[in-house]
Amino acid sequence: MNLVEGVLAGDRLAIARLITQVENDTPEGRDALNRLFSHTGRAHLIGITGSPGTGKSSLVNQIAHAYRNPANGTQPCKVAVVAIDPSSPFTGGALLGDRVRMRDLAGDTGVFVRSMASRGALGGLARSTAAVVQVLDAAGFEKILIETVGAGQSEVDIARLAHTTLVVEAPGLGDDIQAIKAGILEIADILVVNKADRPGVENTERALRSMLELAHPERMKSISCGRGGRGNKPKESTLEPLNSDIWIPPVLRTVATQGGGINELMTAIDRHVAYLRETGEWRERERERLQDELNHLLQAILVAHWREGVSDSELQGMVSRLQDRALSPLQAAEQLLDLEKIPLI
Amino acid sequence: MAERKIRVLVAKPGLDGHDRGAKVVARALRDAGMEVIYTGLRQTPEMIAEAALHEDVDAVGLSILSGAHMALVPRVLELMRANGQGDVCFFVGGIVPETDVKPLMNMGVMAIYGPGTPSSKYISDIRAAVLGEPVA
Repeated sequence: MNLVEGVLAGDRLAIARLITQVENDTPEGRDALNRLFSHTGRAHLIGITGSPGTGKSSLVNQIAHAYRNPANGTQPCKVAVVAIDPSSPFTGGALLGDRVRMRDLAGDTGVFVRSMASRGALGGLARSTAAVVQVLDAAGFEKILIETVGAGQSEVDIARLAHTTLVVEAPGLGDDIQAIKAGILEIADILVVNKADRPGVENTERALRSMLELAHPERMKSISCGRGGRGNKPKESTLEPLNSDIWIPPVLRTVATQGGGINELMTAIDRHVAYLRETGEWRERERERLQDELNHLLQAILVAHWREGVSDSELQGMVSRLQDRALSPLQAAEQLLDLEKIPLI
Repeated sequence: MAERKIRVLVAKPGLDGHDRGAKVVARALRDAGMEVIYTGLRQTPEMIAEAALHEDVDAVGLSILSGAHMALVPRVLELMRANGQGDVCFFVGGIVPETDVKPLMNMGVMAIYGPGTPSSKYISDIRAAVLGEPVA
């Protein structure tokens, strides 16, 4: 049985081996991806991102567990997890420790957990994560959970890849100025305040909610009209969207190590899927993602193609001239490309 | 084509709770440029074989200080063979009496590393075992 047939049949060894080929970008891996592509596009991709130590892996463990053991008697979904941890910038090695938190998933043949090293990519994912997700999609996993590296502020690639992005925060990590900075909080479809049994959870939640108010001022205005006098305490439910065409990220509290708040989180994820489907955003996001992937591939192939026609000595000579400040990096790039080693259309 | 990375699973089977050795080994392999998947404590042989399968590792290292190696090692090896991973390089670290070394090697263990083994030893052993053979 070849790897492609094995993957389509859901054979776990074939899935694992093909993922390795895809990660290493081998000719066999590329060929398999070409053949599997028509079988992809069915899975719901859920991204989980947030700072290191906020409990992303524990949350993934709980979400996967909930999909495998649905409370309302529906069929359990097949779940795959792709967990990314950073590679060392010096040695290229990596310690992948996300499995440590996912022990509840062991022994369940409907779950596949794969760890990936970021291998030098900076956006919170590895370069081949999208392709690995395609393999799992083709293998019939209905829910694919993608856990990014512990992300700081600008590791936002996950929002491109996933249909639903969860940004995980924990109490005590930053004030309300952090909450209005650009970057990771903007990409959230659902905001999760994990470790909600810790002190300071109210402050974190308030900072996130006030950030959302600034992001959606019109909607908030109409809500505050109906709230009555100034002395009244705002109700928790003020974040329900008035207009169903706008998705307002809910702010949810969880305690992932004990399963607290997971039911509410699962409901929110389901609601987000329904929203994406009803508004047509599902297709729109998919289109943007495919466009993005095409752009990346075009860049990579063009650069690789061009590099084949340039000798190392030529390139190093140019770097030396840069170091002598004989010309600027932009001039150097233009000169190298003008060598007409590659027909630029 | 990207560089081939050696992927290693470092696992702690059974009930002993001392994983300092496993972490030292995991760190040394990481610093040698390998991708190391660490399972955490108290894993069953089934959990270890499943992790090795999902992660498609080139090598598996078990750290055992409990004395249960003659029960745990053959069970993990048996499960991995059943999964089609009989070709994975397999090593053991920890406290293993001299009399058990040969039986373990006969089961298919590549090497057993006791306390004080320099990291350069197991790093070069793994490199030789994984890269010496043609890539599947």
